[in-house]
Amino acid sequence: MRLEKKHPRAIRWFHWINFPLLALMIWSGILIYWAYPHYAGVEISQPAWRALHINNRLAEGMALHFFFMWFFAINGVLYVLYTLISGEWRYLVPNRHSFREAWQVMLHDLHIRKEAPPPRKFNGAQQIAYTAVIVMGLGSLLTGLAIYKPVQFSWLTFIFFGYQGARFLHFWLTMGYVGFFLVHVAQVIRAGWNNFRAMVIGVEVVE
Amino acid sequence: MSEEDIQRELRRLTRRGFITGAVAAGVGFGAYKFLRTRPPEEGVAWPFRKMLRINESIARGYFSEHRLSPTFRRSDITAPRINGHQGLSPEVDAASWRITIEGAAAPISLTLDDVKSLPHHEQITELRCIEGWSVINKWTGVRLGDLIAKYPPPSPVSYVALETPGRGYYVGLDIDSALHPQTLLAWMINDQPLSWHHGAPLRLAIPVKYGIKNIKRIATIRYTNVRPADFWGERGYDWYAGH
Repeated sequence: MRLEKKHPRAIRWFHWINFPLLALMIWSGILIYWAYPHYAGVEISQPAWRALHINNRLAEGMALHFFFMWFFAINGVLYVLYTLISGEWRYLVPNRHSFREAWQVMLHDLHIRKEAPPPRKFNGAQQIAYTAVIVMGLGSLLTGLAIYKPVQFSWLTFIFFGYQGARFLHFWLTMGYVGFFLVHVAQVIRAGWNNFRAMVIGVEVVE
Repeated sequence: MSEEDIQRELRRLTRRGFITGAVAAGVGFGAYKFLRTRPPEEGVAWPFRKMLRINESIARGYFSEHRLSPTFRRSDITAPRINGHQGLSPEVDAASWRITIEGAAAPISLTLDDVKSLPHHEQITELRCIEGWSVINKWTGVRLGDLIAKYPPPSPVSYVALETPGRGYYVGLDIDSALHPQTLLAWMINDQPLSWHHGAPLRLAIPVKYGIKNIKRIATIRYTNVRPADFWGERGYDWYAGH
């Protein structure tokens, strides 16, 4: 049994700072969404909004959204710069084997395949997920800007299928984070304490 | 290292890591609570109001009158939408209606025909509500910039204030947005004269702003260097509300 360094300190801080910031962006986004809840494809009744105390808080939601957006964006940009400069991106970015491997990992997780994923830091499924969520983050920043300044950045709004198109994409990217979060938490629980603790203290016990 | 040493080292790292995490979480939560509980300024806790102003100064630095709100085809036009009645009462007789300009060299009172004597402009643009919906409407009117040029302030000003009769609704505009070529004083929407609910006889169509700045039934235009009050800006929303 030995201790092995796993996650660099910087990545742990970026990760744990992002968590409450993303939660605040989603929360304030819900306060904004109340005023025109037409992208989910399901109607949420007004009594339901009221029961959750989400009604009539548009101004508050916008004030929070346009405050924390800076911290969310800066943290994300610094994380990407760090992975590029430190070389950590090599563990994170998928390669030509990742997709095949991700399929095998999924079969294993569904108890269809016996062989365990390779004991690397991140397997193919993780590489795809952790890189996709960064691309989604960029998508959120850009669709957000297209909604925020649709005249000054009208070319950007055009790329995202117009003002309503950009709002639709911005909403569904957020739903994507919720989906990522649910799978991520389930996988962390499955992987166990040693794996979770490594994201807090940086080292992992290797037998 | 013996297994015991490793276990001890692991306990030490775990204790240190989780205490650091707990302190960081406490600091973060405390900072959030602090920000949220500051006294409000114009309807929102002051740190958030400050950030709205910082965002505004960045946006105003980047703003260009050459960047236009996209225009659409006639077939894209949607039905106009009514979303608020602030300032629409009391009723005003269109024939006796006057628009007053304050802050010019002398007080000016104009009839609708005076306004219509300026060059006419038509545009099909998107009106984006701060709530999230948007409509595409055709507007017919004159440029607010042309009106300001014809009845200028004695010296350049930073802001323009617009008010409904009795100041039931009021908006403030930065001068660059007021002078933007797509900022119109309109009397027609979708080729129809403005209805009472859409702000007859004369309203603002300003696609470089959210819908809240598209003030209806304008009675007063005022040139000023003091940042004018804004109806929704006083109720927690961004004063600038610019696109």
